[in-house]
Amino acid sequence: MFFRMVRGTFKRQWKKMLMIALTVALGASIATAMLNVMLDVGDKINEELKTYGSNITVVPQSEAVISSLYDVEGGDAQAEYLPEEKIGELLTIFWANNITDFSPETDVTVTLNGEEVRLVGTWFNHHLEFVKKGTTYQRDTGIINLRSWWDVEQGEWLNEQASQAENAAMVGAALAKRQNISAGDTLTVSAGGKSETLNVVGVYESGDDEDNGIYTTLPAAQRLTGSEGLFKKIEVSAITSPEDELAVKAARNPSLLSGDEYDLWYCTAYVSSICFQIQEAIPEASATAVRQIADSEGKILEKTELLMSLITLLSLLGATLGISNLVTSGVMERSQELALLKAVGAKNGQVTVLVLTEIMLTSIFGAAVGYFMGYAFAQIIGQTVFAASIEMSGMAAFLVAVLIIAVTLVGSIPAIRTLLRLRPSEVLHGGH
Amino acid sequence: MSLLELKDVSKIYGDLHALDHVSLTVEQGEWIAIMGPSGSGKSTMMNIIGCMDKPTTGQVIFDGRDISKDSNRKLTEYHRDKIGLVFQQFHLINYLNAVENVMVAQYYHSMPDEKEALEALERVGLKDRAKHLPSQLSGGEQQRVCIARALINSPELILADEPTGNLDEANENTVLDIFRQPHKEGTSLIVVTHDPEVGEVAQRIVRLEHGKILYDKKNEQFAEQ
Ligand SMILES: Nc1ncnc2c1ncn2[C@@H]1O[C@H](COP(=O)(O)OP(=O)(O)OP(=O)(O)O)[C@@H](O)[C@H]1O
Ligand SMILES: [Mg+2]
Repeated sequence: MFFRMVRGTFKRQWKKMLMIALTVALGASIATAMLNVMLDVGDKINEELKTYGSNITVVPQSEAVISSLYDVEGGDAQAEYLPEEKIGELLTIFWANNITDFSPETDVTVTLNGEEVRLVGTWFNHHLEFVKKGTTYQRDTGIINLRSWWDVEQGEWLNEQASQAENAAMVGAALAKRQNISAGDTLTVSAGGKSETLNVVGVYESGDDEDNGIYTTLPAAQRLTGSEGLFKKIEVSAITSPEDELAVKAARNPSLLSGDEYDLWYCTAYVSSICFQIQEAIPEASATAVRQIADSEGKILEKTELLMSLITLLSLLGATLGISNLVTSGVMERSQELALLKAVGAKNGQVTVLVLTEIMLTSIFGAAVGYFMGYAFAQIIGQTVFAASIEMSGMAAFLVAVLIIAVTLVGSIPAIRTLLRLRPSEVLHGGH
Repeated sequence: MSLLELKDVSKIYGDLHALDHVSLTVEQGEWIAIMGPSGSGKSTMMNIIGCMDKPTTGQVIFDGRDISKDSNRKLTEYHRDKIGLVFQQFHLINYLNAVENVMVAQYYHSMPDEKEALEALERVGLKDRAKHLPSQLSGGEQQRVCIARALINSPELILADEPTGNLDEANENTVLDIFRQPHKEGTSLIVVTHDPEVGEVAQRIVRLEHGKILYDKKNEQFAEQ
């Protein structure tokens, strides 16, 4: 019976119902598109923040003081080095397992065919073994992981385990283009009266200033700088916990923390506690968090998300108003029929359920259509704005469903109120 | 115990006294005609008796219970369980066929039962029209469907507001004949009309004027058939 009445309404008021479905579809499509873009782009940027290089740098203590005092990159004049055998200490700290990758590096400005070029000696796919107090720590690490976004245009990644790897090098795409270098070429670089012959095994594109540089093995750079067994800095990539009040307090000065706070801080993977532990393990080093880039990207992301939330909110608000209009006029149109139902004994609740069922069914249909429209919108936005396809998330679908139900219910409130006020006596008797 | 008692009931709209200190007692199984000129308060009285409206002052006592102060929800229940309504306009749901229109009343009362609904249509002589939509029925037939719907839940009281107002004489007689059946079975009937012929068939005639009862008398011509 109930179903027959619902069906009857759809037959008779199909135009109105179609309008309601369309309104819902529009709201749902915008919400779907925005939420998916928001969630996916958020994830993408976060992933990039994670993969884009290190979030901690370890440098000799004196250099840390100088570069923060004068705000300059420690040039050769102040260069100080850390001993290579200390690198393994990183594997011994409390949060060692949170350190995903690290790589020591020594950079030097070299001359290549009359052009000054930045050369970096580092690990690519290094196998590190470190023995301390009878325990052997092992790790495979290097910039293959730390520069995972590099696009190797020619040749391949430098493989430290290959024969004659020590003099192998990779050249940045911009430099390679300028000097017409390709994989397989041999380069001679010189610095401070020393020179090295390097075999180009690959050309990489990084998308930033590194495209103008040369990456080679650590021993090659050590020979050029006369610093065998030493290096200038370590890039560390670690998984860290989000900063909170405790982390901020500790960042100012760990010694101000109470005992309990200190324990909690030390045993939480804050970037500051990891830095602190690195300094404990390598006392002559200074470990600092690199956050500036992440922070500004985070801010842009936040603002974009705010904007998209606002658009979603406005579209849903519009949908609510539209629905409320349509549903109310729909109920008025059939006031006589609804009053008749009351006159034959239907309670307010029963009539409300009948009307709400009709609206909800319409709404679900509209939301389903809107979801697919939203999928298309999201892809268009993804392609035009982010040049990437947007992955649809179940979370977004769930949120859209909840929002649409809320919108439909709120939009139906005025109609329900009209409905409750309907008096069979006034609608059905005589002509008042 | 009387079925229904109005005690000093008034209904006031602004300064218009649609009902002005009206008292009326309806016994079980009585057939009453309410007559009077337009605007005299007949429909107002029906609405109050039918629990679709509350009096401004006075008491409405149904089956020994004062319902004039009850909540709207309670009133809806009373209305649903005890009263069957017939209107002047043939109010049917136009996308449901005849038998479905009868079943709507069953649905909101208890359970739809198609067999019972068909029997109700048979009693008003419309068995073969059960699957017709209201638009495919004549005015008289539509009114008979309304009566079948009013009777389906075996109400104690049938309220009919100008049930024959829009019908020709033949159909009027059919409707009155149909009313005789539940009346015989002990159902009370209150029929609003300004057609003397319709008034004539009632046991009692109440005449309203300006919201007051002008007279309330036994109908000498009433003859049980
Ligand atoms: N909801 C209302 N608000 C204001 N006045 C009303 C209302 N309902 C009825 N009235 C007035 O109360 C008076 C009695 O109305 P009622 O409908 O009871 O008359 P009636 O006897 O049924 O007339 P008719 O024979 O034309 O149907 C009329 O003057 C009418 O205008
Ligand atoms: Mg009237």
